[in-house]
Amino acid sequence: MSADVAVLGAGMHPWGKWGRSFVEYGRTAARAALADAGLDWTDVGSIVGADTVRSGYPGYVAGATFARALGWQGARVTSVYAACASGAQAIGAARAQILAGLADVVLVVGADAAPKGFFAPAGGERPDDPDWLRFRVLGATNPAYFALYARRRMAVHGDTLEDFAQVKVKNAAAGRLNPHARYRKAVTAQEVAASAVVADPLRLLDICATSDGGAALVLTSMDFARSRGVADPVRIRAVSTVTPAYPRTVLDLPDIATDSTTAADPVAGSFRSSIARAAYEEAGLGPRDLSLAEVYDLSTALELEWYEDIGLCAEGEGAKLVREGATALGGRIPVNTSGGLASFGEAVPAQAIAQVCELTWQLRGTAGERQVPGARAGITANQGLFGHGSAVVAVR
Amino acid sequence: MARTRTPVVSGWFTENAADGGGFRLLGTRCSACTAVFFPREDAYCRNPRCPGGGELAEVPLSPRGRVWSYTDGRYRPPAPYVSDPAEPWEPYTLLAVELEAEGMVVLGQGAPGVEVADLAVGTEVEVVGGVLGEDAETTWVTWQFKPVGGAG
Repeated sequence: MSADVAVLGAGMHPWGKWGRSFVEYGRTAARAALADAGLDWTDVGSIVGADTVRSGYPGYVAGATFARALGWQGARVTSVYAACASGAQAIGAARAQILAGLADVVLVVGADAAPKGFFAPAGGERPDDPDWLRFRVLGATNPAYFALYARRRMAVHGDTLEDFAQVKVKNAAAGRLNPHARYRKAVTAQEVAASAVVADPLRLLDICATSDGGAALVLTSMDFARSRGVADPVRIRAVSTVTPAYPRTVLDLPDIATDSTTAADPVAGSFRSSIARAAYEEAGLGPRDLSLAEVYDLSTALELEWYEDIGLCAEGEGAKLVREGATALGGRIPVNTSGGLASFGEAVPAQAIAQVCELTWQLRGTAGERQVPGARAGITANQGLFGHGSAVVAVR
Repeated sequence: MARTRTPVVSGWFTENAADGGGFRLLGTRCSACTAVFFPREDAYCRNPRCPGGGELAEVPLSPRGRVWSYTDGRYRPPAPYVSDPAEPWEPYTLLAVELEAEGMVVLGQGAPGVEVADLAVGTEVEVVGGVLGEDAETTWVTWQFKPVGGAG
């Protein structure tokens, strides 16, 4: 028998800058997911919270924080943190509990309340923390790293600023149709080109904002889903949470340098490509089987890298896909049908869960105007600071 | 009042390399497996296939490398980056430089006057000492990159 778990419910609190506590966003998303599943909170045997580091102690123990907000009912609790990959870790922990027979119904919740502007490291004088050091010594913000990758692509693959802008145009067109998105209006290439340069060559509209938001999933065993009369639920077939392989030769946040290759030859392929490869192997399918993908477009240029890393095209051909319209709604393999981070902004611990919410709605055929006709399989891909892989394969 | 010149992080570079080569970044090298680390790793070797039993010895890194990529910072970074909020923000250039001998890419700010327009992927650059910032008592010294024989 397969190692599938069922997605019975998906729910979100709209992304934005709402000025309230992350707990409220998470609770709203959780209740929406439970309602979607037709279950009560008291039916849940385990809750897994994806932590946030931006709201003090309650954020570090998000599982219990959400359980308390929903009303203590004795469920098993887990709290996980893996930066941008926290949501995938939460889904992975929930799935492991279900497959191990420890719980039939697990509620996965992630939410964040983000500050305006650049993400900054935790306070204090901490010269042993690479995240503190990169700001102190270099002033290297997240967009600075995105810009280094973008410039490198331009030099090595011939990508252009117009290619990057097309990613924003495409994602904004999809996000316009998503009631949970923060930015819901079309964007033109001219508007991208007219926005301020943040870190050369990337402009404001090439870079994702930081957002408030919350997302939740109700995951169950396949037997439980059938017992509730859901014979053909959306299923999670793989969760990849791999780490990099030494020596890591692509500069990554928050590092000041890569590993050296003096002692070991670099392994073939990037860390990002290994994330997707592990997910495909576990799911027993490949990029050709996909109906859609949700990838982590922290910048427009980075979305093009993901096309290559998840195997939609060969290395260096990402820009060709967006130029052809292959990854737009109506294209051969739509990417970021939700509108992506370009339309949401990043609510860190909620984001990987939100990606799976989008797959769920697409695979059910309930994505409305964003619907990919006949969607049967999708992958989400993401990468957390400090070496956290994150990819989920869902099928119907 | 004279300010004290202090490295922004101690042990990451020297202004007088032992080989007489002037300013150099300092890493460490594992005597058991030859892995090089920057920023320096003094407590353990991170190569998973290292046979073990080695020591991590300080080693100067290559003085020159080639640009892997580059960008600039058009907006003031948040603390702990030190800048005077009363002064207008002056963008600086940020370089990722590939050191061939070590097989690694190292980040560093461009020396004053080095602009994005002066650079291309593959440009040869050298590491030089520079000033990250100053406060009442201290001149914070750091490493910077500049094109070999070129701008800056």
